[in-house]
Amino acid sequence: MGKLSRVALLYISAVVVSAVVLVARGPFTGLRWQYVAFLGILVIVSESRATQLRKGQLTWSSSSAAMLASVVLVGPVGAAIVGACTALGLRRGPSLLQRVFNTSMYALSAYLAGRAFLAFGGHVGLPTERSFPAIIAPFAAAALIHVAANHGLLSGVLWLTRPRDRTSAGASGGGVGLSARLLLSDIGYAAYGLLMAALWSVVGFFAPLLVLIPLFVARWAVAQFAEQQKAYEATVGALCQAVETKDFYTRGHSDRVSRGSVMIAREIGMRAERVEAIRYAGMLHDVGKLGVPTKVLQKTGKLTEEEYAAIQLHPMRGLDIVREIGFLDEALAGIMHHHERIDGRGYPMGLAGDEIPEFARVLAVADAFDSMTSTRSYRGARPVAEAIEELRKWSGTQFDPAFVDAFVAALKREGWQRPEPSVIAADDLAATITAQDHDDPGAPLRVIDSL
Amino acid sequence: MSDLAGRTPAHSSRELRRYPWRVRDSGQLLLVVAAGVWLVAAVAQTAAAGLKDPRIAIAFGALIAFGEVLRLNLPGDRETAPIGFAGALAYALLINVGTQFSQHSAEQVVTVATIGMIIGALPHLAVGRPARVSGMAARLLCIACVAYIFRPLAGYSAVEKNWGLAVTLMTSLTVLALLLEAVLTALLRVDEQRARFKVALVDEMRLQLPLGAAVGASALLIAFAAEVMGLAALAVFTAPLLVTQVAFRRYAGIRATYLQTVRALAKVTEIGGYVEAGHSERVSRLAVAIGRELGIHEPQLLELEYAALMHDIGQLSLHDPIPGGATVLVSRQDQQRIAELGADVIQQAQVLGSVAEIVRRQNEPYRDVDHAANGRAGFAEPFKGLKRSGPPLSSRIIKAANAFDDLVGSSLDPGRAAAAVQRLRLDTASEYDPATVEALSRVVTRRSVML
Repeated sequence: MGKLSRVALLYISAVVVSAVVLVARGPFTGLRWQYVAFLGILVIVSESRATQLRKGQLTWSSSSAAMLASVVLVGPVGAAIVGACTALGLRRGPSLLQRVFNTSMYALSAYLAGRAFLAFGGHVGLPTERSFPAIIAPFAAAALIHVAANHGLLSGVLWLTRPRDRTSAGASGGGVGLSARLLLSDIGYAAYGLLMAALWSVVGFFAPLLVLIPLFVARWAVAQFAEQQKAYEATVGALCQAVETKDFYTRGHSDRVSRGSVMIAREIGMRAERVEAIRYAGMLHDVGKLGVPTKVLQKTGKLTEEEYAAIQLHPMRGLDIVREIGFLDEALAGIMHHHERIDGRGYPMGLAGDEIPEFARVLAVADAFDSMTSTRSYRGARPVAEAIEELRKWSGTQFDPAFVDAFVAALKREGWQRPEPSVIAADDLAATITAQDHDDPGAPLRVIDSL
Repeated sequence: MSDLAGRTPAHSSRELRRYPWRVRDSGQLLLVVAAGVWLVAAVAQTAAAGLKDPRIAIAFGALIAFGEVLRLNLPGDRETAPIGFAGALAYALLINVGTQFSQHSAEQVVTVATIGMIIGALPHLAVGRPARVSGMAARLLCIACVAYIFRPLAGYSAVEKNWGLAVTLMTSLTVLALLLEAVLTALLRVDEQRARFKVALVDEMRLQLPLGAAVGASALLIAFAAEVMGLAALAVFTAPLLVTQVAFRRYAGIRATYLQTVRALAKVTEIGGYVEAGHSERVSRLAVAIGRELGIHEPQLLELEYAALMHDIGQLSLHDPIPGGATVLVSRQDQQRIAELGADVIQQAQVLGSVAEIVRRQNEPYRDVDHAANGRAGFAEPFKGLKRSGPPLSSRIIKAANAFDDLVGSSLDPGRAAAAVQRLRLDTASEYDPATVEALSRVVTRRSVML
């Protein structure tokens, strides 16, 4: 959390003090300590298996099920004690202050939930078959209060300790959607708290165990998915780089085109899945260049018809390579047509205007832009402003004006990370040099006029 | 590159995993017949005795059908229906619904489960997906076992009144059913893929453990909770299983995409003219077959497959393609350099650490030649500083499979294959691992017999 403002400290101490006062007030008579202990252990276990949501900032665990069960089984004070057990969660990371705040926050929200349960006419103790329809309303109230208190107190502290700089403010903008999803799943877990309490009368201590196993497995599976996805991304990135090692000057090109395309896609408000697809399309758009003989790529001066045809084939070659990757779907069309021009003079098909797939039109803009702002053997990197001017110049003939505008707008807001000025390492085995970049609109490939 | 298109895009991982030289499975047939006979007897019995508690039977039948509609394909061509299986198990283990004792017979359980499964399979058939009868038969046998053991016991008041006894009994039966399913599936795989039984069983149990735990716990929950909540328990406790299943489906999806992507990008070397078309794919199929023959477990088998697909990726960094791409024909230093470059590429993906290691060491001779033949510096030099323990098994397999494919290529001539095996065999003193070459020989012989 770093250094805290006075207001933040005041807020945290208010939460801590109220939690301590409410629990200390009791009453402790008739509290079933064996239940409290058992549920407390459950909370500790859930807490120890918590997932990191935002690095070093937020974690999330399924402990709310156990806390809500304790609301029904042991009442508000007991629930607060169970909630306070989060302090003992075996998890490295949180600082002492964070731990103290978390503990008090959980105790406080569990206590409030317990109060709500009683206020709506719930009875503390083991529910039986007869208590069934009647218990639902007070329980729902308790669950809502619990989730609201938890999220409210947490957002309070996050807001008070939020970092000031601009970039992380942008990052936490995504946090709003995140917490809406969390809210829902927390309410879901809370519902399982009631079921835990209900099953207690049938199978005793075995109930929470049974309820938690499927929940844990569900969480595990979600985590597995996330991990695999990360692995996938890393692998695609590495393989794309391998393809790029062929040509020294275009290193990092795929990655930057991918970023540029995503900027455009976001700017025009594409759906998240499509943004994801265009990201991969950007990474893979030039794999087909491998099919073009090196000597053609390296040739200075004018190309023969055959050599030009070989270059024009690279989008199709790329398509051949990635065609069998099932999820790419729309991205495939993007890869195949990323050298089409709005005026119909592009390749491989010579499509014009709206006939060109949207992905391809987006890729074309990002592709040309990166080519212009990178160093080539025959010229240095051009400044961003100049490249934008060039894009504008070709807007409507080569590029779709809408996407050029979107890209310029996004560039103004987010800026552009240009490639490092290249230094050719002496021991570089692979470095071959493209004489004429086929992506460069400022210096189009020249073909020998055979007629 | 016309031969690239020769491979049909519909070539799914499934067909690649099952080998073209696969025999029609006798074990599958046996299993299906056994389940069928049992089923006919059970249906006849139920028809004669009449359906007890039809409302409950219909509810569980619907749950089973729903689960079957949402069948799940796990990595490695495994098909499961977690929700359906949990529903059927719960129906077999039911004691009371509300206050009413459920008196259905074991035969009725089998009948309801079968009808549910058949109804659930219909939508799959309608969209042209094949019905996996053997998987359904295996599940049905497990359910039948549990039902025939538990249904007669459910009536005893000792079981009904004592929750401890009931929990113990039901839990052990659930575990038994899950184990039985693992054994049956493993047997099917032994039959289908020529895996070793022990290896297949361990793989099966490891893979099914999390999902199995969730299925078992949900089945028990439904059975117990039906006493408190009636049939609402079915809907309530299916929910976490549904979440788990969604996560697993996405996980399996990205796993499949991963493999497709690596396969596609491995083809880059072919399109670039570095390697003969189809080489990577053939080496990887052969390597996996050898690995299975040698009893490698599935997670390592997957790594082997990745490594084999990408074993030539280092060639991308070469200036000029090796004539014909046959790495067996170039100097040892060059081979080693290609391996190192490839490993470096893979290393960048970070997640594929052991794959990089396999690729890096794919050219190491099986036995330490430094030791065996002193003074042949040309041999030992590239491997200075490596551990003396010899290359990992997967590297040895790729070395043999790669050499075999370089010698034989896409030829199907058994004489040529035999000659290639003979040549490798002559080199088992130091170059190739004798056990690997023997396994290769068995795989190749089997294939030529099938042709």
